[in-house]
Amino acid sequence: MTNIVVLVKQVPDTYSERKLTETDHTLDRESADAVLDEINERAVEEALKIKEAGEGEVTVLCVGPDRATDAIRKALSMGADKAVHVSDEALHGSDLVATSRVIAAAIGKLDSVDLVIAGNEASDGRGGAVPAVVAELLGLPQLTHAHHLAVEGSTVKVDRETADEGITHLEANLPALVSVTEKINEPRYPSFKGIMAAKKKPVETYTVADLGIDAGEVGLTNAWSAVQSASPKPPRQAGERVEDDGEGGTKIAEYLVGQKLV
Amino acid sequence: MIDFRLDSDYEDLRKTVEDFARSEVAPVIGEYYEHERFPYDLVAQMGRMGLFGLPFPESYGGMGGDYFALCVALEELARVDSSVAITLEAGVSLGAMPIYRFGTDEQRRQWLPRLCSGEMLGAFGLTEPGGGSDAGATVTSATARDGEWVINGSKAFITNSGTDITGFVTVTAVTGTKAGGGKEISTIIVPSGTPGFTVDAKYSKVGWNCSDTHGLAFSDVRVPEENLLGTRGKGYNQFLSILDEGRIAIAAIGVGLAQGCVDECLRYVAEREAFGHKIGDFQAIQFKVADMESRTHTARLAYYAAASKMLRGEPFKREAAIAKLTSSNAAMDNAREATQIFGGYGFMNEFPVGRFYRDAKILEVGEGTSEVQRMLIARDLGL
Ligand SMILES: Cc1cc2nc3c(=O)[nH]c(=O)nc-3n(C[C@H](O)[C@H](O)[C@H](O)COP(=O)(O)OP(=O)(O)OC[C@H]3O[C@@H](n4cnc5c(N)ncnc54)[C@H](O)[C@@H]3O)c2cc1C
Repeated sequence: MTNIVVLVKQVPDTYSERKLTETDHTLDRESADAVLDEINERAVEEALKIKEAGEGEVTVLCVGPDRATDAIRKALSMGADKAVHVSDEALHGSDLVATSRVIAAAIGKLDSVDLVIAGNEASDGRGGAVPAVVAELLGLPQLTHAHHLAVEGSTVKVDRETADEGITHLEANLPALVSVTEKINEPRYPSFKGIMAAKKKPVETYTVADLGIDAGEVGLTNAWSAVQSASPKPPRQAGERVEDDGEGGTKIAEYLVGQKLV
Repeated sequence: MIDFRLDSDYEDLRKTVEDFARSEVAPVIGEYYEHERFPYDLVAQMGRMGLFGLPFPESYGGMGGDYFALCVALEELARVDSSVAITLEAGVSLGAMPIYRFGTDEQRRQWLPRLCSGEMLGAFGLTEPGGGSDAGATVTSATARDGEWVINGSKAFITNSGTDITGFVTVTAVTGTKAGGGKEISTIIVPSGTPGFTVDAKYSKVGWNCSDTHGLAFSDVRVPEENLLGTRGKGYNQFLSILDEGRIAIAAIGVGLAQGCVDECLRYVAEREAFGHKIGDFQAIQFKVADMESRTHTARLAYYAAASKMLRGEPFKREAAIAKLTSSNAAMDNAREATQIFGGYGFMNEFPVGRFYRDAKILEVGEGTSEVQRMLIARDLGL
């Protein structure tokens, strides 16, 4: 029986225009459709595969505002068994260190967790450090950037892939934390049966106080870094056009060399 | 007051299918369409998502949903592509539904689980080369002989009848003469591959190019007597009720296509420039888009209303006919306007609006022509 916790986050849909609010430069959640982050769908899928191959229970854990219930329900409709939702006004604008502490405290509330699975990086903040920080706080081995994951008895094996180091094979004793990349799998779409069943699955809701965390340790004013200003990405420039007058190949090669691409 | 928002189950399903359509169908469908290939892998994915089992009970491998859930899914698919949508519509509403509604428990157990999972498709053969609207004019015959039905005749334009995963075609056939002298029509299940049952080469069609459509021929085809579906002589009533429901589903497909036209145009008019302006700045273009949106909205309300009557168990023939008529008109009008807004690009196959234009026409014909819908509405009004 493997007890798996999957960390999930609700993010603005990458199909819609994403912006920051004018007032405090936090994410403007009203301006975009909110969805379960795709990398988390993959994390849930991986957990479900482990559960389906043997025995286990999958709990999704989400720190986010009330409307993140939609993202939680999506994970439950894919087949996760239950959910923990930490929702508190005080969390608005929390940085990744504070968020990680909240996550770690919430995991601490659960019985005998064998495996924590997270996405390697959320598609909105893109800090990419939450899994490592949570693992540190919980004293768990961290196996990050996994594109392959296998649980064998009381060990977990992953293939870790990074741009700099290529592929490394890692192994750890459970309990452990794994973060996955988008290459790990193709997530399933929920079925209608799953959608209807999701509504009946238990969702436990905590405030930061419930987790024994002081509201003064989280939130925008207690973040270690602050966004001073933000400006939209400049529109993409028209590409450079190479007319082939017999010298086309040479010109393209020169351009690539100039850009240090070859 | 009536609430026209979708319940959260339907809304979650809608979002799931929307996501599937834009992530899985949209990137590949143009290629399938161009080569007129049946999208087996998309159908398999839809099967795994449970879309083919939406309105059927879990005991037969279904999702335990209802017919409206199917319509919501069809609308979202057709927003991106109608061939995929009609494959699902015909698979469920013409293939599986007659088995579920009129079949014995044994027939249901034999066919429904594989139909619900999308591993198998069933087809429904009513239309004949000599006539579709006047279905009572059926000439295909089935004679009971030595515990078997011997079937002779032919069918035309039958959806899903010739794929690699087609399991059977349910055909209407004349099985005798009624007391009053009229034709006795019954429905019989003919498994694919039965000797004497030939599937013609696929048609070259104007639209729905990745949907599977064939003419069928029956020459002394023998199937066991137990393949009779429902009561002998009730074939006519059976398909009338199947078609009434089917019209709501076709209406949902029309609404999806009409919505797809709005989606594509909103994107395009914000980018395309002429005379130093985005074309969306021109009021003539804005009015076209506003009309497209109005037609889509009206047609959607029409099919929601028909489906809600149907699910309440009230008579819905008139509302279903109104929904199909309104929706197919909206689809045709929107496809015409959308291709106009796209200018020359609207005539190019690489843009979805061109595909929408080709796919819209059949909605005025399939599962009862627009004339037939008007006949049904008028008749229901006592004319
Ligand atoms: C792509 C495709 C898929 C199809 N799939 C299936 C399928 O899976 N199963 C199946 O059984 N059929 C299927 N059909 C057949 C379809 O349902 C028929 O084409 C349709 O019902 C019209 O029948 P018809 O073509 O014989 O036209 P006809 O009945 O010959 O009609 C010709 C014209 O006359 C009009 N008309 C007829 N009678 C009247 C009247 N009394 N008053 C006024 N106008 C009238 C019609 O509206 C039409 O405009 C499919 C057709 C196509 C093109």
